Amino acid sequence: MKDIDISRLNKDFESRVRLGIMSVLMVNEWINFNDMKGLLDVTDGNLASHTNALEAREYIEVRKAFVGKKTETSYRITAFGKAAFQLHIKALSDLLK
Amino acid sequence: MTISTKSFYFAFQSTFMDNYKEDLKHIRTMMERSSTFISLSGMSGIVAGFIALSGAYSVYTLLVRHQIDYFDGKPNFYGLSLLKQLVLIGLITLGLALASGVWFTVRKSRKNNLPLWSNTTKSVLLHLSIPLVAGGLFCLILIFNNNFYLVAPLMLLFYGIALVNVSKYTLPEVFWLGICEVILGLCGGIWVGYGLLLWAIGFGLLHIAYGTYMHFKYDAK
Repeated sequence: MKDIDISRLNKDFESRVRLGIMSVLMVNEWINFNDMKGLLDVTDGNLASHTNALEAREYIEVRKAFVGKKTETSYRITAFGKAAFQLHIKALSDLLK
Repeated sequence: MTISTKSFYFAFQSTFMDNYKEDLKHIRTMMERSSTFISLSGMSGIVAGFIALSGAYSVYTLLVRHQIDYFDGKPNFYGLSLLKQLVLIGLITLGLALASGVWFTVRKSRKNNLPLWSNTTKSVLLHLSIPLVAGGLFCLILIFNNNFYLVAPLMLLFYGIALVNVSKYTLPEVFWLGICEVILGLCGGIWVGYGLLLWAIGFGLLHIAYGTYMHFKYDAK
């Protein structure tokens, strides 16, 4: 049986919620908080903690804009985040080969 | 890797592998779910098809009542009152089809818990409406110029192009529906007298066939 090398997997993308956030942002430009919440089917708090963590590591960027009187938070993937996530996908699919 | 960790991974390899497989599947699903407009249900296609068939039938009976043989393929000249009634039927048909489409879309996206007014929806509407509005306006221009015989084929043609144009944002079957509509439209340009019949096939029968197919492929679970 072949050796498996999980060292190439990115620990930052271990949770399903983070995988979801990154996947959505890979194929979309700016996505706002509520759309993201609906797509991932998670609670506000859960989503916020994961987006904060991803933002802290500069995988995604955050934009806050006023829509009427409310602030709307939107997310976009950074070039760094895109590259890192592509490596993660590559590592996952290589493991399954 | 040390011997102990190696045996650990060996023992749990299958569990890990399943987990990675699930991860990849999750990534693919989320990419599709967020970038593909999947909320247009098969049922709305079926309903739109029947609305189109009744629209085409009303036009046909109206023409018969005015003793116009659409199928002779000659450019007929329609009186103003007939023209008004034809345009009215067209608008009612369009309105009913749009309303049913919106209703079914809202229903399905609520059921699937998908955001309705998303970037994907906006892209779909934009890329669908450009050829549709251009085609619609061009058909109106033809009507004002008393060139009625190409209106039905052109509606098919522009509608087909609109579907092909929008297919990259939605399910792949839409592309082929669009191609079929374009072919029907071109046929209508060749066999001018069959424009209304081809229109009924394109907007009626094709929608019903497409909707039934989509319903059983995606919705009926």
